Amino acid sequence: MPEVNAETVATSPEAVAARLAALRYLADDGLATAIFLAIRLGKPLLLEGAPGVGKTEAAKAVAELLGRELVRLQCYEGIDAAHALYEWNYQRQLLAIRHAGEHEIDIYDDRFLIARPLLQVLRAPEQRVLLVDEIDRSDHEFEALLLEFLSDFQISIPERGTIRAATQPIVILTSNRTRELAEALRRRCVYHWIGYPDAAREAEIIMLRAGDVAEATARAVANAVQQIRARPLAKPPGIAEAVEWANAATILEKGGSPWPQAFRRAIGVLIKDEEDLSAIAPELGRIVEEALG
Amino acid sequence: MRRGESLPRPTTPFLGFARLLRRHAFAIAPEQVTSFMQAVTLLGPRSMNDIREAALATLAPSPDRRGEFEAHFRSYFYGDAKPLIEGEDDQETRIKDDRGTREEEKQIVRQEKGGELSSALERLSSRDFQRDLDDLGSFRRKLASALPARRSFRTARTRSRGTLDLRRSLSEIVSADGDIPWPLLRRRQIVPRKLLLLIDVSGSMKLHTADYLKLAHAAVQGAGRAEVFTFGTRLTRITSALRIRDRDQALARAAAQVDDWDGGTRMGPTLLAFLSVPRFSAFARGAAVVILSDALERGDHAELETAMHRLSVRAFRLSLATPLAGDPRFKPATAALQAMLPVLDDLVDGSSLKSLSNFILSLARPAPAADAIWKRVS
Repeated sequence: MPEVNAETVATSPEAVAARLAALRYLADDGLATAIFLAIRLGKPLLLEGAPGVGKTEAAKAVAELLGRELVRLQCYEGIDAAHALYEWNYQRQLLAIRHAGEHEIDIYDDRFLIARPLLQVLRAPEQRVLLVDEIDRSDHEFEALLLEFLSDFQISIPERGTIRAATQPIVILTSNRTRELAEALRRRCVYHWIGYPDAAREAEIIMLRAGDVAEATARAVANAVQQIRARPLAKPPGIAEAVEWANAATILEKGGSPWPQAFRRAIGVLIKDEEDLSAIAPELGRIVEEALG
Repeated sequence: MRRGESLPRPTTPFLGFARLLRRHAFAIAPEQVTSFMQAVTLLGPRSMNDIREAALATLAPSPDRRGEFEAHFRSYFYGDAKPLIEGEDDQETRIKDDRGTREEEKQIVRQEKGGELSSALERLSSRDFQRDLDDLGSFRRKLASALPARRSFRTARTRSRGTLDLRRSLSEIVSADGDIPWPLLRRRQIVPRKLLLLIDVSGSMKLHTADYLKLAHAAVQGAGRAEVFTFGTRLTRITSALRIRDRDQALARAAAQVDDWDGGTRMGPTLLAFLSVPRFSAFARGAAVVILSDALERGDHAELETAMHRLSVRAFRLSLATPLAGDPRFKPATAALQAMLPVLDDLVDGSSLKSLSNFILSLARPAPAADAIWKRVS
């Protein structure tokens, strides 16, 4: 993957959108503008939205756009500095102490430092894009820990002092909004809320992402998914599920199931909640017929 | 910048917009205003849309207030008429009753009492909470330790009954130059479960909503993780208002946020709306969920039944506190109560602050299912 200069890629939001489209990621004006601004202002990009709207995919697409490796930090309850920043390799330190005997040894040398994602990115900001995924799952303490990193792109290691990035790295944070993020975090970032795409755009995404799906099928899936999302479901289907549904229905149709039936039989890849399935079942036939019509 | 030194004229509109937002309680930091102006410069700007996109990306309005933000933008930059701005608007969850019209509202007879006031009509009104001095301090202090607990993924240091904390033990060994001190242990922390209060503010609950809000304020202040919603014809999250320490201020702010006081009730649809927003239904997962309502649903109760079933699957313990149970002759005889009884863990008396606070403080203690208790009674 050849690395490219961030500023030459991000000349305008339209250029960003066009390059992302070439990488099979369709970004609307708002998202393209947010990515453009994050790169040019040198600020982290915070993407919020319902599960399945393509937040993580956006981060992958940006890494590909810049020709950089994506370093992913998946957040969870209990994540702390040792998982995100750095840790000392105690076993190696112990061995070194034993071997050193009477000699003096610096056990806080670089060779004993295990760099976790944030430190990796600080050390090589121009080769990596950092994805802090699902920040809303982490605890408030971890969010506070990130603040130093996000505002000054530096971290402090008590035994070593402060490590600062020579250039500003590209950082993308995602959140499903299962809890409110601190204002301090939001204001350090360029922000964008990703909503579900409209039917026309979703059909384009399905055409791009699915393997061998006819245009009419993609449109029907997009229309039907819009209808299904409008209902009060526990887990509204995301874009990835819509793509899978189009793929699965196409396979079934090629295997001999006529169209409406192929959609109905493949519903399990779209809706993955038993209660939602039973809630939507009585209307599914009509929704599919209308979408196909 | 020194006083009197003026900024370049082109920056004035952007500073003015930030000031306008601050006046309407948007938290806009100075660095965000700087970023906003930088973003506008970077984007050209070639059109008003560029300025709008720059504002959205850098001033970062929360999705709940996006509509309000857009309205301010239009009124400031396009000179549109000042829009009607609502308090904390959550468009995802607002349920509007398309069946109730103003004409019908006028016809509601106010002499009805208790459950008879339950109607499917939406009637918007506001409420003032007068100062009073009843003490919920003891409830607040006891709450954190009284809630049911679960084992967290986080670990804490312990002296006994834990697993070996290899990381810290090794670091101790390293700092002691290879000597082997006493091994250090860690154990998974025990943390209180979330408390979720869903308060019915419909007309039939009018006598009790003031008390319930006071209790909710004490709960938000006392418990680490408590969430409070009100429902009538709409669903409103009031947790952020109740985080204000001063109770009178908190209740006044909550009262301003809720605009369906003493109106109709649409319990089923509002609870379903609550469950269909992933951010909200996440509050219910593994939580002690207490619904404060008389559960008097007009018409078909199928939606209420579905909602209660879904809530019970997510919740650690699902309880309904109804003021009707304060009457010794009370039996869960209505169709709605009969339908929800099998999924309820508790059906208790919610007629007084004392009984309700005692019940919430007893949530950690096991009790027979509501169904078993009320079958014995009836």
